[in-house]
Amino acid sequence: MSEMRFTKDHEWIRVDGAEGTVGITDYAQHALGDVVFVELPAAGREVAQGAEAAVVESVKAASEVYAPVSGTVTAANAALQETPALVNESPEGDGWFFRLRLADAGQLAVLMDRAAYDEFVKTLE
Amino acid sequence: MTEAPTISGNRGLQLEEPLIFELGRPGRAGIDLPPPPPVDHDRLAGMRRSGPIGLPDLAEPQVVRHYTRLSQKNYGIDSGLYPLGSCTMKHNPRLSEKMARLPGLADIHPFQPMSTVQGALEVIDRLAGWLKALTGMPAVAMAPAAGAHGEWCGLMAIRACHEHRGQSLRRRVLVPESAHGTNPASAAMCGFTVDSIPARDDGRVDLAALKAKLGDDVACLMLTNPNTCGLFEGEIQEIAAAVHAAGAFFYCDGANFNAIVGRVRVADLGVDAMHINLHKTFATPHGGGGPGSGPTVLSADLAPFAPLPHVVHGAQGFRLVEHAAEAPDARPFGRVKGYHGQFGVFVRALAYIMSMGGDGLFQASGDAVLNANYLLARLGEALTPSFPGPCMHECLFDDRFLKDSGITTLDFAKALIDEGFHPMTMYFPLVVHGALLMEPTESESLESLDQFVAVVQGLAARAKAGNAEEFKQAPRLTPRRRLDETLAARNPVLRWKAE
Amino acid sequence: MSHRYLPHTEADRGAMLAAIGAADIGALYRDVPASARRDRPLDLPASQSEMEVERAFQRMAMTNLSAACAPCFIGAGLYRHHIPAAVDQLLLRGEFLTAYTPYQPEVSQGTLQAMFEYQTQVALITGMEVANASMYDGATACAEAAVMACRITRRHQVLLSGGLHPHFRATTQTVLRYTGMEADALAPDPVGTEDLIGRIDAATACVVVQNPGFFGGIRDLRALADACHAAGALLVVAVADPVGLGLIAPPGAMGADIVVGDGQSLGMGLSFGGPGLGLFATRDKYVRQMPGRLAGQTVDVDGKRGFVLTLSTREQHIRREKATSNICTNSGLCAVAFSIHLSLLGEGGLTRLAELNHANAVLLETKLRPIKGLRVLANSYFNEFAVHLGDQADAAQAVERLAAKGILGGVPASRFYPSYPELAPVLLLAATETNTEAEMDALAAALAEVLR
Repeated sequence: MSEMRFTKDHEWIRVDGAEGTVGITDYAQHALGDVVFVELPAAGREVAQGAEAAVVESVKAASEVYAPVSGTVTAANAALQETPALVNESPEGDGWFFRLRLADAGQLAVLMDRAAYDEFVKTLE
Repeated sequence: MTEAPTISGNRGLQLEEPLIFELGRPGRAGIDLPPPPPVDHDRLAGMRRSGPIGLPDLAEPQVVRHYTRLSQKNYGIDSGLYPLGSCTMKHNPRLSEKMARLPGLADIHPFQPMSTVQGALEVIDRLAGWLKALTGMPAVAMAPAAGAHGEWCGLMAIRACHEHRGQSLRRRVLVPESAHGTNPASAAMCGFTVDSIPARDDGRVDLAALKAKLGDDVACLMLTNPNTCGLFEGEIQEIAAAVHAAGAFFYCDGANFNAIVGRVRVADLGVDAMHINLHKTFATPHGGGGPGSGPTVLSADLAPFAPLPHVVHGAQGFRLVEHAAEAPDARPFGRVKGYHGQFGVFVRALAYIMSMGGDGLFQASGDAVLNANYLLARLGEALTPSFPGPCMHECLFDDRFLKDSGITTLDFAKALIDEGFHPMTMYFPLVVHGALLMEPTESESLESLDQFVAVVQGLAARAKAGNAEEFKQAPRLTPRRRLDETLAARNPVLRWKAE
Repeated sequence: MSHRYLPHTEADRGAMLAAIGAADIGALYRDVPASARRDRPLDLPASQSEMEVERAFQRMAMTNLSAACAPCFIGAGLYRHHIPAAVDQLLLRGEFLTAYTPYQPEVSQGTLQAMFEYQTQVALITGMEVANASMYDGATACAEAAVMACRITRRHQVLLSGGLHPHFRATTQTVLRYTGMEADALAPDPVGTEDLIGRIDAATACVVVQNPGFFGGIRDLRALADACHAAGALLVVAVADPVGLGLIAPPGAMGADIVVGDGQSLGMGLSFGGPGLGLFATRDKYVRQMPGRLAGQTVDVDGKRGFVLTLSTREQHIRREKATSNICTNSGLCAVAFSIHLSLLGEGGLTRLAELNHANAVLLETKLRPIKGLRVLANSYFNEFAVHLGDQADAAQAVERLAAKGILGGVPASRFYPSYPELAPVLLLAATETNTEAEMDALAAALAEVLR
């Protein structure tokens, strides 16, 4: 299983070679509440680390999802259009948002590993 | 909790009511019309509608019964206390409704020759005069249709003024993080970027942080005063001075004007532009979501940029200036809506203002502030006030009093519904957790407030005693309970469709 | 001080101040800077009794020449229709009149169901898939439609027909002014000769037309819709009098992407032009880009059908500077009025009302044709058409003279287009179900006389 890394804005990225899969964490989906809609990037779009890549909406909130690293989007999770609830049910699995081809694997270094992220989340509570 | 159901599905006077589309039957009619005069041929260029529209046909008794039943499912100010913060749900005087329906005011067309509508133009002019006198400002744009529209109007005047002065690089607007969502939205519509200013621990704007953000790219500061925490920004004159010194304007969101109307003139606070919500401060009905009216007072610097039309008074009487060419000294930034403003709302607001007078408005704002402070004092132990008093016309609590109870602000509000009250504003402003913002207004009697206090104290005690399940089930007594908003957003059904 | 709208007695105030621990109300204002604080009322007129206020308003009302007393042939976007008595009676119910925005759905099902029904009615009459719960008025709805089209197409150019209501045009131009979007407004088009299709290009976000046009003229918009779509642009259609939709092919059937209009004529009456009612409808695929409130159907915990505000993440209170619009308060009560009126009319009634309006307009045209020098500018119309009074005529002067004879004889085009001298002889005339044949005869006679 490829390693996951996390951002302070509660995105995760799972890297497999030159490709990464991006989603939001369980903490984020819980804070949002029931997800009702997601706005996903089109394949081919270039995203920069820390810039807005997607939007996730609950009934009462809309949050930007930022790209954890720079790259080019290769696919978006079409299942989320029909069933946005997947983000709540399986935030780190079937509720993934999009895949991208990494521009610079070195950017992963500034992200947290799971242990560090869990510690970070504790400080928020 | 589940009582034995009735055969009809009704519960006493709580009558179930289908959609109007489910009630129609072809051949019924609620209106009778004379037959059309015979004409040789139509002038429709062959563009006659070919298919049905799909509207239901009903007779008058059915329509009256349908809407009567719908109204019975609503809560209004007429029903009881409506403590929504920054909404100013005060009594809507019925005199206003009577005046708005005088044929000489209701049955006049905006494009009649101006000589035939002098009384209408006088209504607009008199209301404008009152608004200028109450705020101490020299000019007012009467056209905006609501508060948010007035915000946009004031910001457009500000942008137009900066452009005129060659200061077009001023594109940044400073907005406190506690501001109502319309503020940044209005700024964005003028092509501005929005920069947030933090609040201090005492709920006021951080003056030092504000000064640090000022610069020669700042167009204006947007500030609500009293602010959305129900507090008066005591340093407002220093704030205004700092903003002016930096070459920017001071826009004041007037949603909370009810706290100070007749007592404080915003011109004395250094304000350059402020919208007034006639449907809040001046008691015109909220109508389930409008119509409102948002006249915007303007300083001398901004006055030339006021949008069209203007009402002017000269030797020939009242006149509407509808085109820029007719006002060579002015530089109106454009037109903000159709016709001449929300005239029906003007009539209602003017009737209220004339009824109250300067002395009545002075007493009204005082009573509004008195009532909010009374709630703050009496509920200060049962709930957790976010800031020490005195407050202005509204008081803010947060959900610390619910800590460890498993009950949220939302649950508390739903329990209040079962008690026969419309809840206070929830989760706004965002600067405290689980906000409960209450604005009683001056229309509430002492008995009404005491009743409300007793109920809220009782609910708070139950919440702390650990009755979480009871709160989660609330409301139990309303015609509908805990509607599924997630479903509504995931699978939007926004209209009825024939099978 | 004692006042009929203020319940507190001095004893009440004293008791409350004691509970608060303040000496007087003034003490509660201690945060107000001393230089701005007042301890007595401003120097303004004193409060008045109902009787005195009524007297003042009666005087102001009586200096107006109302359409109740003078035959009215004025349209230009706002039409005098007969409002059934039941509408106002229902509107005055306190639960409709004094309710707030329905944020607490359990105690607002009346407003929410009325909104849902209104949204459906607007979608049905315009032939579109979805409608919002209203904008302020037709002109601001038109401006918002232009912004929405730019958002959807990611383009910046908006093309405005010369047959679009001048206030819709001006408001749209103003809203676009500092946004980086541009409005290209064609010259006024009294005889319907403008070429819109030829001006569409890859930069066009939308074309905005009015049908019937401001000067009259009903068009089949399908060719224009096809041309827009082929170029990747949207077609926005403005409707002047919604009663016309009882008779004329709806914009939705002709390929419109967004339909806007003003519904004030139904339910609310003239009221000197305000408050208005902004109709706004579009296709399902654009619903998340549509501004304004939306009521949606759902179920509650007991499985019963109910209604809530929905898709709120488009709106300012959640999205703030990224919202589709800053609109908050809209035109709720006006939408209910429209809805009640339309419910009383029904399909049969709306059709018959539209037939009657059109027939009356045709009858009026027939009576005016014999007037020397006068010609009708449009071959087709619903209930309003422009006439040319003759090359030397001044329509504004004619209207003033008609008013002096107690007739509200239309509105001169020069009121909207003062800088177009060729429009000085053009007069806009409307006839609705409220105009009798005797009134039309009086207008024809008076007009012939003032033009002599």
